[in-house]
Order: sequence, then structure tokens, then C-alpha cells
Amino acid sequence: MNHTWPSRLLGVAVPLVLALVVSVVLLQLAGAPPFEALRLLGDGSVGSLAKISDTLSAWVPLTLAAAGLVVTFAAGLWNIGVEGQIVAGAIAATWVAREMPGSAPVVITLMLVAGVVGGLLWALLAGVLKTRGGVNEIFGGLGLDFVASGLAIYLIIGPWKREGIASTSGTDLFRPEAWMPTVGDAQIPVIPVVLTVLAVVLVYVLMRGTRFGLRLKAVGKNRRSAHLLGIPTERYTLAAFMVCGALAGLAGAILVSSVFHKLVPAVSGGYGFLGILVVLLAGYRAAWIAPIALFFAAVAVGSTQLSLRLDLDSSLGGVLQGVLVLLVILLGGWRAVRSRRSTEHAAQEEP
Amino acid sequence: MSLELQDIRKSFGPVRANDGVSLSIEDGTLHGLLGENGAGKSTLMKILSGFISADAGRVVLDGTPLALSSPRDGIRAGIGMLHQDPLVFLPFSVLDNFLLGSGGGLRVDRDAGRGALLETGERFGFSFDPDSPARSLSVGERQQLEIARLLWLGARMLILDEPTTGISATQRTLLFEILRSLAAEGMIVAFVSHKLEEVEELCDRVTVMRKGRVVGEAEMPCPAERLVEMMFGRVFSESEPTPPPFGEPVLDVDRVILRERVVTTAELDVSVRQGEIVGLAGLEGSGQRMLLRAAAGLLRPISGRIDVHGRDLTGRPYRGFLDAGVHYLPAGRLEEGLVSGLTVAEHVLLARGSDRFFIDTDEAHEQARAAIADYAIVGTPGSPAESLSGGNQQRLLLAMTPPDVRLLLMEHPTRGLDIESAEFVWTRLLERREAGAAIVFASADLDELLRYSDRIVVFFSGRILRVLDARTTSGEDLGYLIGGKERV
Repeated sequence: MNHTWPSRLLGVAVPLVLALVVSVVLLQLAGAPPFEALRLLGDGSVGSLAKISDTLSAWVPLTLAAAGLVVTFAAGLWNIGVEGQIVAGAIAATWVAREMPGSAPVVITLMLVAGVVGGLLWALLAGVLKTRGGVNEIFGGLGLDFVASGLAIYLIIGPWKREGIASTSGTDLFRPEAWMPTVGDAQIPVIPVVLTVLAVVLVYVLMRGTRFGLRLKAVGKNRRSAHLLGIPTERYTLAAFMVCGALAGLAGAILVSSVFHKLVPAVSGGYGFLGILVVLLAGYRAAWIAPIALFFAAVAVGSTQLSLRLDLDSSLGGVLQGVLVLLVILLGGWRAVRSRRSTEHAAQEEP
Repeated sequence: MSLELQDIRKSFGPVRANDGVSLSIEDGTLHGLLGENGAGKSTLMKILSGFISADAGRVVLDGTPLALSSPRDGIRAGIGMLHQDPLVFLPFSVLDNFLLGSGGGLRVDRDAGRGALLETGERFGFSFDPDSPARSLSVGERQQLEIARLLWLGARMLILDEPTTGISATQRTLLFEILRSLAAEGMIVAFVSHKLEEVEELCDRVTVMRKGRVVGEAEMPCPAERLVEMMFGRVFSESEPTPPPFGEPVLDVDRVILRERVVTTAELDVSVRQGEIVGLAGLEGSGQRMLLRAAAGLLRPISGRIDVHGRDLTGRPYRGFLDAGVHYLPAGRLEEGLVSGLTVAEHVLLARGSDRFFIDTDEAHEQARAAIADYAIVGTPGSPAESLSGGNQQRLLLAMTPPDVRLLLMEHPTRGLDIESAEFVWTRLLERREAGAAIVFASADLDELLRYSDRIVVFFSGRILRVLDARTTSGEDLGYLIGGKERV
């Protein structure tokens, strides 16, 4: 397959245009003025500094999850458990916020570290289930997602319940020292954005310029050849899980510290699953994640504007994202099928 | 009734698996299709059963051309294929397996199926319990179940692809009896094999294939020499001059028993010394690959002992064998060896076991260019492995072999390679031998075995039949032994 810049750009641009066309048709069917709606979508996501700040707040966890997923995808793993890893990071960070004394820099640093460790361990669990227990990472990950969110709900209505009442709306707000500081009136989350940029760069360098990344790719593309080349495939599989879990856990810690300021039941907000779509759209490449995630975040944040102003359901943004990803995958799949047709059966025959 | 294949052609990339095959099979005869591995027999039978489509040519049954584009079409036309690994769903019961693929819409008539199964069983002397799980059946019984199923589905023609692999002698006798009685009833029976002995025992007529073409037909009985000559079709060449004296033992395989899937070997004893080249001959699946994999540390013996350079490595992990200087190059170059999607430079990087974390791209490309020049690889450092031709993939694999390797294990080192590449590979291998490495290779190419080996170990159905001195062995003798027959 051709991976040159223009072809990749075309592979994103064509579905993007098609997805916009589909959205316009959908909006028309819903009885809304389509171009007004798209304008509102833009306004609602990047129309003001405050909106930009909201969009960035969604971009951070989405990009972190996607960056981690690039690593697990490279190792040939479908880390569906990324949602649970975000939740595990959020729980660990919440524990620090509740239990650790200290000034803001200390508490927040500890929260981030705890999030990283929590996500990492939760991912390691999925990895060990796979390598030692023979549990496919998709099923193991999905199971652990439910366990993690169940654990969060238990903590919220049980040991960490709000003073007097147990409510699924979340724990008490953290004390101010555990709130991630922001910049300006628009409350721009500068520290999370910087951390996210660093994470993307880290993953990019890891996959492009290190032996670790190269061996990981070899394991992902051909486990048998990698094993014969003397690469410890099990260790690399676990390492991929841990890197992804660490980044997802960091996302969880940022969500509780910077967005919610408390632990809420659906803390992961679907960013993990959405991250999978971002990575698919990016063609598994770290460099493309940040812009694509930004677009997704903008659509998600902007679509809330639609419900306020046009009386449309904000899930329309989700529909747009879903259609976009389906079209990209469809186009890629169609191209692969076409190229396979021309060399049919060549692989299944011994020479 | 008769079946005719007319000018069947099928290519896989540059390989012509079937190159204009024409063949006709009459009913009432047991028709054998004989040829060495890679002769194109399996491809032809897969086309006949609708499993793959031919590029050109016609299949004509009783004067009617058949359109075969899926196994379903094959079954509808009455062509039943018995695959080498019987297609049995292990978690299902015997009866459910029997009923699979039967027509009649959504409703399954289990009682009728049960009756038919028992009736067919009785007729041929099979003893099935319809309700027992299929996984309790032996390979031979699975085959019997599959035959019963194909007959019940209305097969008018039965194709058997190497049906005797992994079944017992009693089951083989029973199978042959059934095939004879089916043929006597007017069924078309095609028996695909590379075992001379079985074809001689069973078939009335034999078609021999070599390199994708039909090279001859014979009524049985036919002198074995003629069949051997048709199968291998060669004037056997002289072996190379005597090599230097050998050094200390590098590999010592001592009374090792190996098991992989349905095949269990007898006790194997092989010893290889420094500077020696040992060829492993035999039909595919006779145990050569298992021995190579065991010597590489990839297959753990059931019993016995494997020493490398005098150190007992039995049961040690693969890593331990690598560290002892063992290197294994399997036949499937893109499946086990290279990684599709990674470039030549990335392969060279992976092979050089440096532990530095960061990759120096310039240095990597420099190393790749050196390897490309050294091994005359047609490609650039940025070429993906799968874009290289078979010969260049093998050159890349050789370039990736560590320079200090002491025991090189190879499977079909020159299979699918053109003459120039094959010569190049062996020049490099002989250089490795000069440098003190021992080489063990499995091959189906008699010329290659005779020309480069010092000794040839002949395998037949999981045991070592003979160990030959390559200098005093003729191609004819070797051909006989590979077919499991001693020359009289």
C-alpha cells in the first residue's frame, strides 16, 4: 500500500468531504438549516477563547488515549481496555487527592503519577490475562472496563460518598490544592496540553527512532518471525500494554483534576473508544493523532451548541464522527480488497 | 462416466503451479496422481474441487463443462474432496459433523441422518457412535466420517489428497479396501500421493506430474524405475569434491522422540560435526522439519537429549539455542523469518542484536547498504521485505544470519529460487562451512542433496530410514529410499 503524504491526505480528505455531505443530508432530514448548523458547530468549538478552552479539555484525554493506542496497535493488540485504564487512573488520582496532604504542586504531581501507575497496572492485568491466561485482549479488556467502572461507582456511592448523601453524581469536590491550575479567564488547561504534546512526541520518537519501537512493530506484524529473530515477544506485548495504560491513566488523572474536580461514574467519557477511532483514522501513525483528535474534540464540543440553539440532539456530533470513521475504514478496506483481488490466493499456496 | 481436465493453468505470482495440465479419469478405475512436493498436484485437485479457480482451462464431467467457483459448486457437481487434514469440527458430535453441509433448508432431519450414518458405517465397516464428540476420533476415523459424509451428500467422484498421512496401518488397509469397492461400483476415484509404494499397491492407472505439468501416464503395474524417473526426471549429477576433515561434534541428537500434531517420530539419532554438511531427505512431513525445529530449540522433545557443542540444551528455551550459535532459516521466508511491512534496513537493524535504545538512521542505512552490496540483494534499504523476490528474500535472510553462527539449520534453502540465486546461496553457505560452521538442511531437491551434502539422512514416515554417504550414493537409490523402498 501506498503511504506517501498526498495519498494519505487524500485518504482523509475524501471521507471527510463525504462525511460532511452525509451530515448535511442528515441535518436537512432533521429539519434544521444545514449550513447554519455547521456554522454553529464551528462557533461552539472554536468561536471564543472559552470554547477553545473547552475543546482543548476534550482534546487532552482523547489524544492521550489515542497516543497510547498507537503503541498497542503497533504490537498488534486491540486494547479495548483503554476505557478501563482511564478509569483506573482517575480512581488512583482521586485517592491521592483525598488522602495526601500537601501543597498544590505536590498533590497534583502525585495525582498525575498515581494516575500513570493506576492505568499502567490495569493495562498490565489485561496483558497478563492475554499472555499467561490465553484471554484475548478484546474480551479481557472489555471485562476489565466493566470492572473499573463498577469499582468507580462503588467508591462513589460507598467509601467515598458525599457527606451525608450517597449520589451517583460523584464524590465531593476535591480541595482546591488538587485542582489543576489554568491560565486566564478562559481557564485554558496549559499544563495538560503541554503534557499531552510531550506524550505525542514521546510516542512518535518511540515508534520512529528506537529499537523498542522497531521490535514492537516486528512483534505486531509477524509474531513468529519476531520470535525467530530472538525478540522476547511476551515481554514486548506487556510493555506495549503498559505504555498505553500509563498514558490512559494520565488522561484519567487529568480528567478528575482538571475537568471534573471530583470522581464521577462515567469519568472516561468514552474518550478511550473514541481514541480507537482516532487511531484508525490516523492510519496508526502518531504524527496524525493530534490534528485528528482536535477535529473530533471540536465536533464533540461544538455539537452541544446545536442542541442549545437549534433544538437538535447533541448526539449529532457523534453521528458525524461515526460516519467519518466508517467511511475512512470503508475506503481503506475497499482499496485493500481491490489490491488483494489482483493477487488472489497468492498467499495460501506453498510454492 | 468420465472426468476430463483440459489445459488447466494456474499461477501464483511468478510461480506456474499448473502449466497446461490435461488429464482424463475414467470411472471404475483407481487413478493415482503422483509427483514430488510442489509438482502441482494439490493445486490441480483444489481447482477440481472448486476450492480455488483456475486462470484458464476447463473441467468437463460426462461431456458437460463445470463452472466451479466455490467448494459448494464442487459438491453440487458430485465432486467430493477429502482434504489432507479432514475438515472435522472437533467440538461437534459425530452426527452433527455428518449433517454439516447437508441440504434441506433450516430444518435438519437428525433421525434420517443418524440412519444414513449407521447404514454407511455398516456397509464399509466403520464403527461410529453418532453421539460421541468428534474430538474422540482418531485421524483415520475422522477420515472415515468425512468419506461417509461425502458419499451421503451424493459425491460421484472422490478426490483424496495424501490420505494416508497420520493414519494407522489397519486404517490404511481399510481405506484402500473401501476405495477399491467404490471404484468397482463405478465411482471415479483420484488418489493424490507422493508415495510410490501406495500408488503401486492401490492404483490401476497413474499420472505423474512434475513442475506444474503432466510428464507421463502409465498403466499399473509399471516398473518403479520408470515412475522414479518421471517423478524426478533427471540425469543425476556427480557430487562435489571431498571437503576438509571435520572438527568436533556440534550437534548431537540422542534418541530423541518428537511429536507435532498427529505425527510422532521414532527415536532419532543424528550427529553433526564442525564443517560438515548434512542433508535431510524424505517426503514432506516425514520428520525432517521436526528434527530441524527441535535442533533449533523450537520443538521440545518428548524424550531424548539434544547437545550443542557438548552442552545439554534439551528443554532449554529458544534463546539458549540462539546464544549457543544455532540459527534456523525456515522455508516460509515471509511467514517465519522476515516481517512484511518492515524494510530491508529495519530487518538488518533487528538482526544486529545491538542494545542501544535509539536508532541511528544513517548508520542503519549504511549497514543495510553494506548488506545489500555484500549479498547482491536487488533492492534498497527502504524496500519492504515483501517487495523482494524469493531469491532476494533468501539473500536478505542470509545477510541477517549472525557472522559467528556455529550451526545453521535450513529448510529448503533454494526452493523457488532461480539457478543464479541458488548458486549464490550455496556459495555463501560453503563459505560459512569453511569458517567452521556445521550445516543441516532439508530439501526435496535430489541434486541439491547429492551435490552439497557430506552425509544424507533419509526420513520415512517419522523415522530415519538410512544414513548415506553422499559420495557413494546414486540419485536412483536416493529416489527409491525417499519413496520408502530399498532398491533390490
